[in-house]
Amino acid sequence: MRLFKKRSYITLQKSTTQNGPTVPDGMFEKCPQCKKPIYVKSLGIERMCPNCHYAFRITAQERLFLIADQGSFTEWDASIHSENPLDFPGYTEKIAQTQIRTGLREAVVTGVAEIEGHKTAIGIMDSYFIMGSMGQAVGEKITRLFEEATKRKLPVVLFTASGGARMQEGIFSLMQMAKTSAAIKRHSDSGLLYITVLTDPTTGGVTASFAMLGDIILSEPGALVGFAGKRVIEQTINESLPDDFQLAETVLKNGFIDSIVERNKMKETLSYLLSVH
Amino acid sequence: MSDAMNTVSMARKLDRINMVDIVTHLMDDFFELHGDRLYKDDEAIRGGIGRLNGRAITVIGNQKGQTIEDNMRTNFGSAHPEGYRKSLRLMKQAEKFNRPILNFINTSGAYCGVEAEERGQGEAIAKNLFEMSSLSVPILSIIIGEGGSGGALGLALADEVWMMEHSIYSILSPEGFASILWKDAKKASEAAELMKLTSKDLLELGIVEKVIPENENGLAIDQKKLMEDLKGQIHETFNSLERVPKDELIETRYNRFRHF
Repeated sequence: MRLFKKRSYITLQKSTTQNGPTVPDGMFEKCPQCKKPIYVKSLGIERMCPNCHYAFRITAQERLFLIADQGSFTEWDASIHSENPLDFPGYTEKIAQTQIRTGLREAVVTGVAEIEGHKTAIGIMDSYFIMGSMGQAVGEKITRLFEEATKRKLPVVLFTASGGARMQEGIFSLMQMAKTSAAIKRHSDSGLLYITVLTDPTTGGVTASFAMLGDIILSEPGALVGFAGKRVIEQTINESLPDDFQLAETVLKNGFIDSIVERNKMKETLSYLLSVH
Repeated sequence: MSDAMNTVSMARKLDRINMVDIVTHLMDDFFELHGDRLYKDDEAIRGGIGRLNGRAITVIGNQKGQTIEDNMRTNFGSAHPEGYRKSLRLMKQAEKFNRPILNFINTSGAYCGVEAEERGQGEAIAKNLFEMSSLSVPILSIIIGEGGSGGALGLALADEVWMMEHSIYSILSPEGFASILWKDAKKASEAAELMKLTSKDLLELGIVEKVIPENENGLAIDQKKLMEDLKGQIHETFNSLERVPKDELIETRYNRFRHF
């Protein structure tokens, strides 16, 4: 008898019909913050993680639905869109494709709305439009939002979501930081209220201009808020950084955010703050 | 190497004339003022008061060192939030005493680091832009080497912005730009060409009012002559800006940035 006799097995035909439980695609999403899988329906209309309350990224349309009183919103400057000021190769096409995919003309929607009856100028950035980056169109719409609000003596509520400046517009993107900040100064000098709501992510040139200029700065839980990107800093100082570096909760502790407000409390909070002013 | 990238390396040369040299040559006298009154003194941005052709002015600028030791202190001109807060303190002081403001810019960008983030780099720059937009005294900003990103703009919301011929002004370093757009920092040379960051390009685009020539017929202009010319031009510019009524000065500055 051979010691290491090779056993023979019967080969089974692979079953074509699956047995056991199956999970259809798209039923679960992983929370980017607590990393737990979440049943999609339990995110609810607000799209909040039931476990850690992280507010998932949402579109400007979804945000508007959650914040503005039904039917109260009138859009301003809807036709403003980016040109290609530096004739950057491929940029015009990229804009066109993004417009088709998102149904938006640019990375911010602006207008006037009511929040529980309080009339306010409102701006909502959308991170699905080239990462909410700020070029001339975004800068122009935000500047006009503040100029119009100053003229009509309205407060401004602005939801920020941006990776920073729009690289393809080069130096013209940089100028938007100056342009928007100057318009906010005039609004502020008129004694009007400006509330910033930082949402995930708010970074770069947007942080270094209008995001940090609110009279009151709110944030959603778990939002990434910072100036320089984490990867860039890690490369500069040659060490890795903790996960909570640049989380809204950390930025609050450092003294740059007034309050972190959960998404399902945002509307009533804004309504309260508007009513006090 | 592309032409633009060539300009980038010239702008970055450590032996280029720096802020302290210029102040020494340009000013009749100078008294340095330190600290932001909140946290500490940032040597990446220096500032003080002095006279230029007899006129009292406030001077602020990025200081890049010429040696490694210098640059350990000055972070190659990349300021922390306290640098911007010091500059704002000095600019507000200039407004109080009705002195024009002269800013020299030479930074690859605001400092990228943990402490800079913790102390609110974004907020510090934003506050400079917010306040500078309505200061009631003339502001002239001159880019003398690198003018990178929000870190440069934080001193450049001015009535006029000038550039030295071989300086650059851009949204980001060409390396950072290439790394964001193409995930490849090695394409910096290609990026530099597309970014339109040279003084010639930016003058054409209307981003700056004036380019200060550094060469004539291919030869470097004598430093002494360069400083004399610069001094004359700054003096003239302050003369005309000081004649403008304050409201109009602020309005014109607003419109200078409004049309971009």
